[in-house]
Amino acid sequence: MESRIRVLLLAAVATLTSACASLHWPFHRHGQPASAAAGQTADEAADASAAAADAAAPPTVIEPQVERRKIKVPKIRSHNIELGAYFGELSIESYTAAPLTGLKFDYHITEDFFFEASAGRATAGKTSYETLGGNVQLLTDAERRFTYYNLSLGYNFLPGEVFLGRNLAMTSGFYLLGGMGSTKFEGDQKFTVNFGAGFQVLPTDWLAIHIEAQDLVFKSDFLGTNRLRNNLAANLGASVFF
Amino acid sequence: MRPLALLLLILPLACLAAGHELLQLFVTAPYLELHTGPGRGFPVTQVVARGDSVDVLFRRTDWFKVRTERGVEGWASERDLGNTTLADGSPFIFEHGDRNGFRSHRWEGGILAGDYAGATLVEGFLARSLTDNLKVELQVGQFLGDLSNGYVADLGLNHVFMPEWRFSPFVTLGTGLEHTEPKATLVVPLNRTYQTAYAGIGARFYLTRRLFMRAEYRNHTVFTKSDSNEVKPEWKVGFAFFY
Repeated sequence: MESRIRVLLLAAVATLTSACASLHWPFHRHGQPASAAAGQTADEAADASAAAADAAAPPTVIEPQVERRKIKVPKIRSHNIELGAYFGELSIESYTAAPLTGLKFDYHITEDFFFEASAGRATAGKTSYETLGGNVQLLTDAERRFTYYNLSLGYNFLPGEVFLGRNLAMTSGFYLLGGMGSTKFEGDQKFTVNFGAGFQVLPTDWLAIHIEAQDLVFKSDFLGTNRLRNNLAANLGASVFF
Repeated sequence: MRPLALLLLILPLACLAAGHELLQLFVTAPYLELHTGPGRGFPVTQVVARGDSVDVLFRRTDWFKVRTERGVEGWASERDLGNTTLADGSPFIFEHGDRNGFRSHRWEGGILAGDYAGATLVEGFLARSLTDNLKVELQVGQFLGDLSNGYVADLGLNHVFMPEWRFSPFVTLGTGLEHTEPKATLVVPLNRTYQTAYAGIGARFYLTRRLFMRAEYRNHTVFTKSDSNEVKPEWKVGFAFFY
């Protein structure tokens, strides 16, 4: 009797179990065998679902909604302007040599050529006539002031380096200058042609030390005859690049 | 003493130039040569390999002072930096002085010498381009003659016919002022300033890089206080640059 009841119960359990398996429970994945889902990792499952999606729908191009990174190009500073001062000696023809001070402005166009505007002043001493003549004075103090400006074109040549000891090298170079301008002297303004040459050394990129010799030539009839007068200037200067 | 004070004043300004964002360039040529100075004559002492980068510190004419990744500094030419790219891979393009620049630029300036009604003329000029053909220009000069000295200042328009030609003619038209200081040896040495008007023709000739020559002839009409106006011819020639 007891064994019959046991067989009946077992049969009921077996029926219920098979019935449960055939039912779709809400926590089951649709369309996927329970045994397969249990045996796969999450990635594989995702791949499988993607493959199923690919098979189901035609491929679509994904438009990335990403802004292209814009690179801001920093401006390159240019240091083509040179400002400087110089001190030296101006040998004024027919007068004694006099101390000279001046300012200069350069604009570098290429590595070879530059423009220069320069102005200087010296105060002339006495002519030999005044020295020998005793109390003779040809010029007033204002007329004795030799003030000039010139606009020149310069040409750099023979670039090189100078070496100070074992560890210090500085760039250097020669330059030629030629131009024209005006000189105020002896109570008159005279058209003046200037030409010369210089040597410069650059201890840093922004500082230049230069030594220069120039001839300032003008025509004048103040001392008797109308003739060309050469005034030689030699100076030492420093300038800064901007 | 005054120039020395001025020099001391401008020295710190040059030091202020440091400390700003630098342009980084990547070498695409087999190597980039670095010279010791800003000129082709200075020796090459360093090279930067392909793929490495340099920071551009500043520029002097057509040369760029750069610093390598290892901190070495040197000068690279503008032509060599044409073989570099920006960080986003686009090529580095720099507007340099050439025939295209001669045709189309913003500013020009220069120095001229010539003759102003028998007196020697020294002049500087500055011009601003409105278009490739049309410019506004200012000329300031001094004339030095046997009988009188003086100053002229002209403001006017300059029309270049064929700016793309190496030799390009132009016409110019404008107005100005003329200040005359007769020499003290004359009977009545009176300074005077009159307004003038001028028309002229000329030509420009491209030389190299940013440099060109300029020559022109102008006819000035000076509006004097006497019964008739004076007409003063002027011709001049000189060197100029553009940027």
